[in-house]
Amino acid sequence: MGLLDQRFEHGGIIVTRLDDVLNWSRLSSLFPMTFGIACCAIEFMSTGTTVYDMDRLGILPRASPRQADVMIIAGTVTFKMADRIRRLYEQMAEPRYVISMGSCSNCGGPYWKHGYHVVKGVDRIIPVDVYVPGCPPRPEALIGGFLKLQEQIRAETLVAPKAIEKLLTQSVPYATV
Amino acid sequence: MLPFNEIFDRIKAACTHSDAVADEGSNPKSARIHAQDLLDVMHEMHSDPSLYFDMLSCVTGIDNGVGKDMEVAYNLYSIPFGHHLMIKVNVDRTDPRIESLNHLWRSANWLEREIFAMYGIVFHNHPDLRRILMPADWEGHPLRKDYQQQSYYRDIKVEY
Repeated sequence: MGLLDQRFEHGGIIVTRLDDVLNWSRLSSLFPMTFGIACCAIEFMSTGTTVYDMDRLGILPRASPRQADVMIIAGTVTFKMADRIRRLYEQMAEPRYVISMGSCSNCGGPYWKHGYHVVKGVDRIIPVDVYVPGCPPRPEALIGGFLKLQEQIRAETLVAPKAIEKLLTQSVPYATV
Repeated sequence: MLPFNEIFDRIKAACTHSDAVADEGSNPKSARIHAQDLLDVMHEMHSDPSLYFDMLSCVTGIDNGVGKDMEVAYNLYSIPFGHHLMIKVNVDRTDPRIESLNHLWRSANWLEREIFAMYGIVFHNHPDLRRILMPADWEGHPLRKDYQQQSYYRDIKVEY
């Protein structure tokens, strides 16, 4: 949408699509939950420092899942933690997004073989929107993940009949036995 | 600071079931005793004013593999005298049981719970013998050599 202050000369009215204005407001104020479980959380913290300054993208950590839009799984997810993560995710209001940060939460990371206690990918518990690779990913990579999420949100739509479209294009219907 | 042979003499004197075996090559120097002598020896180590082992720094479980014994190793330290000692005890692998030392050193409480979680060694007279690291409904003891992880934990697949 560009800089809005250039567009108010005609009586302060802008004509746009509802989808665009909703998506724009959502992607411009992605509030992540203050939630870190391992070393990736340190990189998440650095992303908030003046050097990387994620505030400039409207990303402000919130201390409660009820005020958060996006959950960053920053670290190793153990089976003991899995229930807590699922509960935190369920406490977030929709629309909600999940960024899986780092190898551990992407696929188990270094614990993939002998880590009996590690969930091999947080997507076995909750749906993930963006995967950020790295061990741990640098703050630039996490910001890259946020930009990717913004792209996804920009393409969202409230009114397009996506569900019907999906049904019509489905070649093999689900078994109903 | 007492030399090891003097400490070992007192361990030997406190043993009634079988002789203690010294190992001066280990670090700290260690004595292997019978499981049924454990309470007597440890009480002596704790209460003798010239030994004064007032700190139980670590309790470790060891699994020597299928068909062999498991071990419990106790690392003692005396803060005023500065001497170290390791006491090792063998336990049966099929029915691992040993007395708890919680009444002598409070630090034994959580250390023994950890060994219970990881090896399944049962500590008698422990006030609160629950798993300390893993969830309560976890199956098996992961640091045993023949541990097989469960395929699902609460509907989450465990295998990669």
